[in-house]
Amino acid sequence: MTNSAVRVEVRFFASLREATGCPALALELPAGADFAALCAVLADRLGPAALEALTAGNVRVARNQTLATPPFALADGDEVAFLPPVTGG
Amino acid sequence: MSGAGQPLGGTDARGPGAADPCPVCVRVETADFSVADEYRSVRERLGGRAGAIATFVGLVRDLAGDGPVGVLELEHYPGMTERSIAAIVDQAVARWPLLDVVVIHRVGALHPTEQIVYVQVASGHRAAAFAACEFIMDYLKTEAVFWKRESGPAGQRWIESTGEDRARLASWSNDAPADGGHAPTGAQR
Repeated sequence: MTNSAVRVEVRFFASLREATGCPALALELPAGADFAALCAVLADRLGPAALEALTAGNVRVARNQTLATPPFALADGDEVAFLPPVTGG
Repeated sequence: MSGAGQPLGGTDARGPGAADPCPVCVRVETADFSVADEYRSVRERLGGRAGAIATFVGLVRDLAGDGPVGVLELEHYPGMTERSIAAIVDQAVARWPLLDVVVIHRVGALHPTEQIVYVQVASGHRAAAFAACEFIMDYLKTEAVFWKRESGPAGQRWIESTGEDRARLASWSNDAPADGGHAPTGAQR
């Protein structure tokens, strides 16, 4: 049997890095895991306050550096990033 | 909006495609930049083709007012940030007849009076150069993937784009032409 776990690199930027206390997490999720499953694991790891920050209405999510709208499926090797409101210039 | 964000494989321009008449350079870096060097460089690249080169430099204001000197820390998402800028430039290239675009955005800790962002747009005529330069800056303010944290005597806070920033962005879609290639009426001064 091959290991069909879904390995995901999760990244947190700016205020969300501060809210979670870490810039990134490497997670191994069960086969078939989707974004909701990821959030459940994040809530478990980081606590409800951090999850609330990550799922705030103004937070956007990128999958493999492209904006993505949950729900979405995850594939092995994916990078999921939580992006608070941006501003450049 | 068809021009948004399609393909750009790399972070630096859209590759050597022969069909592309407008070289684009996007750089995100901690080092400072030289306006003189960039300007000289584009003039060398374009020779007599450019009739207008518009440049914009954004500076760090003194965030702390008359208190202790503040610091602005800029954070980005390597890869995604460069692509977000390239997508913005793509929209400008689709909308105006541009010859060359350079966008440099600094990251890291920046102090008041330092240069933070550079936009340089070359075109045959001034209207397109002015308009595209402003368009790119307005989009950088609201859509480029950067985060800014200012630190001053009152502590630290993350900065978000303002209502005015968003209003300026929205104004560009009000007079959006159906397709690119010509300066919109909004570009007339």
